[in-house]
Parts: sequence; C-alpha cells; structure tokens
Amino acid sequence: MDLNYSPDELAFRDEVRGWLRANLPQDLREKVENYAHLSKDDLMRWHRTLAKKGWVAPAWPKEWGGTGWNVVQRYLFEEELGYAGAPPIIPFGVTMCAAVLLRFGTEAQKKRFLPRIYNGDDFWCQGYSEPGSGSDLASLKTKAVPQGDHYVVNGQKIWTTLAHYADWIFCLVRTDPTLEKRQEGISFLLIDMKTPGITVRPLILMDGGHEVNEVFFDDVKVPAENLVHEAGKGWTVAKYLLGHERMNTGRIGESKRQLARLKQYAARMMQEQRWRDRLTRVEVELTALEITNLRFLDRMRRTGQPPGADVSMLKIKGTEIQQGLTELMMEATDPAASDELSVAVRKRYLSMRKTTIYAGSNEIQRNIIAKMTLGL
Amino acid sequence: MNFDYNEEQQLLADSVRRYLSDKYQFEQRQKIVRGEGWSADAWTQFAQLGLTGLPVSAEQGGFGGGAVDLMGVMEAFGEALVVEPYLSHVMATRAVERGGSTDLLPGVIDGSIKLAWAHTEKGGNAVRMSAKHSGNRWTLEGEKAGVIGAPIADRLVVTARAGEALELFLVDKAEVRSYRTMDERLAGEVVLRGVAGQPLKGGRALIDEMLDFGTALVCAEGVGVMKFACDTTLEYLKTRKQFGVPIGAFQALQHRMVDMFISLEQARSMACLACSRADAGGDGRSISAAKIKIADAARHVSQESVQLHGGMGMSEELKVSHAFRRLTVLAREFGDADFHLARFAAA
Repeated sequence: MDLNYSPDELAFRDEVRGWLRANLPQDLREKVENYAHLSKDDLMRWHRTLAKKGWVAPAWPKEWGGTGWNVVQRYLFEEELGYAGAPPIIPFGVTMCAAVLLRFGTEAQKKRFLPRIYNGDDFWCQGYSEPGSGSDLASLKTKAVPQGDHYVVNGQKIWTTLAHYADWIFCLVRTDPTLEKRQEGISFLLIDMKTPGITVRPLILMDGGHEVNEVFFDDVKVPAENLVHEAGKGWTVAKYLLGHERMNTGRIGESKRQLARLKQYAARMMQEQRWRDRLTRVEVELTALEITNLRFLDRMRRTGQPPGADVSMLKIKGTEIQQGLTELMMEATDPAASDELSVAVRKRYLSMRKTTIYAGSNEIQRNIIAKMTLGL
Repeated sequence: MNFDYNEEQQLLADSVRRYLSDKYQFEQRQKIVRGEGWSADAWTQFAQLGLTGLPVSAEQGGFGGGAVDLMGVMEAFGEALVVEPYLSHVMATRAVERGGSTDLLPGVIDGSIKLAWAHTEKGGNAVRMSAKHSGNRWTLEGEKAGVIGAPIADRLVVTARAGEALELFLVDKAEVRSYRTMDERLAGEVVLRGVAGQPLKGGRALIDEMLDFGTALVCAEGVGVMKFACDTTLEYLKTRKQFGVPIGAFQALQHRMVDMFISLEQARSMACLACSRADAGGDGRSISAAKIKIADAARHVSQESVQLHGGMGMSEELKVSHAFRRLTVLAREFGDADFHLARFAAA
C-alpha cells in the first residue's frame, strides 16, 4: 500500500502547475477567486488557450487531439485546474457531445463537429430536462417527427445551462410515441440553435444569476443527418454518457482551493472552536474523498475497466462538501457587511444549492448505488 | 500509488479469515464471551499464524510488521468481533522492544507470554500514575483503568509520570480487578502501590508514537466491524419481508443503506491514510483526521444497522447488536471525535 504519487506523476503535476502559473490569465484567476461572473468571452478565451496548448480535451483519442494521458494524469490535470482557480471547461461540448460522437457518431459527424468543439468555434448546451421530466427523464415529450430528409421538432426543454451562449444543442427527443417501452422511442439529435423556431427564455435563479434557460422548439426543422446513432437508440446513448468519465465529479482540487481560501478569509472564525470543528469535519470528509477517489483511479488503472456505479458516491460526497464549504464561507461573512466580496459569497451560497440537484440529483445517485452496487 | 495489500499481507489476512471462519464464528465467539472472556486456543493459533510475533523485528525473530502489515488482520478481527486482547498485546510488544528490553520477545513470539498496554486512567486523558526513583530502583504508585487484557497478561507496559517527564515501565503481575467492557472484552483496573517497574527507553515520544500506532490500527479494526454491519444489514434488507415485499424495496431504507455504505468507504480511505502515515513515522494530524472519520462513521453505521434491523437489531441473539456495542466503544477508544478535533486544530 502506497498512497503517494510516483515521481513521474509528481513531475507531471509540477509541469501542469508550472504551465498554469505562467498561462492562466491573472484577470480570469481573480474573477474565479472572487466569485465574479464569467462571461462567454472569459470562458472561451480560456478554452482557446488550453486548445492552443493541446490540453483542452485530454480524454479524446490522440487522432482527434487527445493527450494520451492515463486516468491518473487526467485526474491530476483536472485537479490542478481546479486548484489553480482556472475557469471551468464547459463540459457540454468537450466532455459530453464529443464522447457521444466518438462512440456513436459517423465519420462525417466526427469530422464536422469535433474540430469545432476542440477549437471553441461552437458552444454546446444540453437539452435533456423538460418541465415534466426531471429525474424521470425517460418520460420526456419533446417530439421529433420524421418528414422526408429531416425531423420536425416541437416541445420544450428546461434548466438548459448556458443555452443563451450556445451555437448547438444536443437533445433527447421522442421519435416514436407509440412504443410500450418508452425508452425505445427516444433518439439523440443535434440541433443548430440558429434554426428558425427556437426560442431561448432566461430562468433567473435565487442568486439573481442567469445561467439556465427554457428552450422552446416550434416546428424546428432538423436535417436527418444530425441524428446520432440509430433512431430509437437515444436512451442507449444517454446511458453511455451517464456512465462516461465521471471521475471529476468530486471536484476535489476546486474544494481544496475553497478550503484554503476559507481558512484565510475566515481567520477570525478559526478562533471559534464550534465553527472550527464544523470546518474540520468538512476537511476530514474532503481528505477521505480524495483518497476514495484515488482508490477508484487505482482500480481503473489496474483493471482497465471503467468505474462501477459506486462512483456515484463521488458526486454525492463531492457536492455535499462543496455545499458545506460554501455555507461556512457564507456564515463567515460579517452579517452587517455589504462589500462586494461578502455579497458574492452569499450569492454563491444560494447558487451552490444546485449542485446536489443537477447532473442526476443526489437522490438519483443513491438510487443508482442501491440498484447497481447493492442489488436492492 | 497502490491501495492493495502486498502478497504477504494478503496471504496473512486470508489465513486469519480462514481461521476465524472455522473457529471464531459468532456462536463460538459467544461461548468465549460467556466463558473466560478470552480463548487460550485462539492465542495458540495466533502464535502459529505468526500474529504474536508480527510486530517484533526480524532481528529478534519476528516479522517486523508495521501498521499496514497489521491492517488486514485488524480488519478481519473487526469483521469477526474478536475479543482477544490482541491490539493491547501488539502495542505493549512494540513498546517493549523499542524501549530496549528484548528478553521477553521469544516468549511473546511463541505465544507463552502475553503483554498488555496499560495507559488509560479514570478521569480523562492525563496520566497520574507516578514513578519514583530511589537508589537503582523505580517504583510505581497509582491506578490504571480500562486496560484491555490486563487480567490475563503476564506483564504490563505502564505509562507513568516521573516528575515532568512521561516514561514507560515494564511491570510484573500487579493487583488487577477484572471486568468486562461494554463491548464484552476482558479488561482490568490495575492498582500499583509501590510496585517495582523496569524502565523502558523512549519516553513521551515513544508513547505518542504507540498511541498513533494504536489509533491507526483501531481505525482498521473499525472498518472491519463496519463492513460486517453493512453486509449483514444489506442481507437483512434483501430477506426480511413486510407488506409482501423485501423491505429493501423501500426507497426510504435504500438511501439509508447507501449512506452507510458511503460512510464505510470513506472510513476505509481514512484507515488506509492512518496506517500508511503511522508507518511513515507518524503524522498526528492525519491520524486524528482518520479517527474523527472512523468515530463519526462508527456511530452512523452502528445506529443505522440496528434501526434497519428493527426489533431484531436490539436482540442479543443477533451479531449486529454486538457489532453495535463494539463500534460504540471503538468510536471513543484512543480518544473520541471531540478529542481528535481539538488535536487536529492544534496540529
């Protein structure tokens, strides 16, 4: 048993750390550090910086621009990004749509979309949830009716993150409403956001921020060539995506940075034993999660197998830790203060409540572990 | 990075598990508990398996085992709720050898000499046992309590205050009041009135090292007990039927079971950290972090395992209620969560 990284892994980490120190723009780092709003330009500027370095899509096959790193290197890279305070790489294109295209897409689809995703030419968003279909995603109703060489899409998506920035949306749509097994009537469709009939309406959340949207489809014509995999196989695609590459859901590097930031920000509160003990318990959970995460990586590296359903615990624990740190940070602000940072910290507390709800609520994650891992 | 046991460690853990599943099933354990509270046969087996000599260095004829080497054994002991005073013996053995006394070691290795670690006292963490030096003789004055295995130990390793310093002494048979702990282990209150003690080297540094070592190992044992509690509760959810279905079909119970499972995995991660750090020369902060997690997880898993068993969980007939008792005590052994929260903050 050895909990330490190998000299090679440490050298790799230092290389990433050194590059980030030299290349992460100061203004972006400060925005992230101070919980300020990141514009589309901010996000894409960082995306293109990483693309130029060749590091924007490490998990892709080398022929499409991947780095050829192993699972431990990819994890270290993501942790360093989080720890350095880099803007996030928006996952909808690089991590999600690309993974689907690489697994199920035609050569033409790969050639058409992957380079543009890599270079940041297209901004993608994800069209899954609908007003009546949240956790019960398979009940979705947005229709795509085949008509000649295209589909006509009608319906509504909701909670669509950054749809107001997006050039493209990948959607789960119902192509056959007649089937008894409702999963078999679902297809995976790529839709150009500039197509006539698409309306994006902002949803303002309790922190006052505009991050998510409703997206309405009104007789939207989508070329049939934008179908990924076969008609009726959309659920297979969605399940593949769900199980794909969920090793950074713990966001440990990011939480380590928040913990260090909190200790510095809340120096006065650190003298209060009751507050400090609460912080210590979160820190202990974070330490445990980091090791749990490494245990998953060690297993993956040795078996060459993707992680099992129990990887859902990383999402559950990781988001609980993020919320725990955010709450302590909020409580460390002076209630009488209204300076910019205090306001941003309080807004962040409001915003971070989303983490246990999105990407498969933590209750759904528990269902997954109960069924797949524990056999209940 | 590697989270597996090496081949020797795995073989040892496997052979311990084989022995326990043959001779230390729950009914056999209950016989021991209802009898003398320990098993001479088990101790002989421990010696034959190499467990008694495991912590002794190779130069002295042992295996030079550290915390990670003992981890698999402690986990297996936890799963079987072994009541033998093995950890107390291991700590005392390590202290004796590190303290410069080697003549007992052959007997320790062959199982004929049992040692006990006598450190805790009533009324908090302070050591009040005092050691006085006169001529070339040390004598000890005071009381120890909660000394696991004291009633059957051939020698005790006693911590005592010599002026400002903390020191270790090897003591022959002392007056011991024997009793059973809340988790059914054989323990003793030790009264020393002017009893001669043989001084061991090492002082406070060695004592702290032993306590970190013991803390790491009790974390590993806790992981074993929690694994049993989780496994048996999961089995119960799948077999117990109410309203015509296995109760594990109810989401209210499924999610609680999942949370127990997550607590166990988080605790296991921290036990790995604690044992690795103990072997790397100690890291009090990490070991305290581990004990905080193990204490919290022990409370969570033990309470939920009884609750999900319903009335049966309360019954003395079921092993799970004994696991509850062990986890309740284990959460406080070598310092409870509050103690380690304070130590973590001070580190």
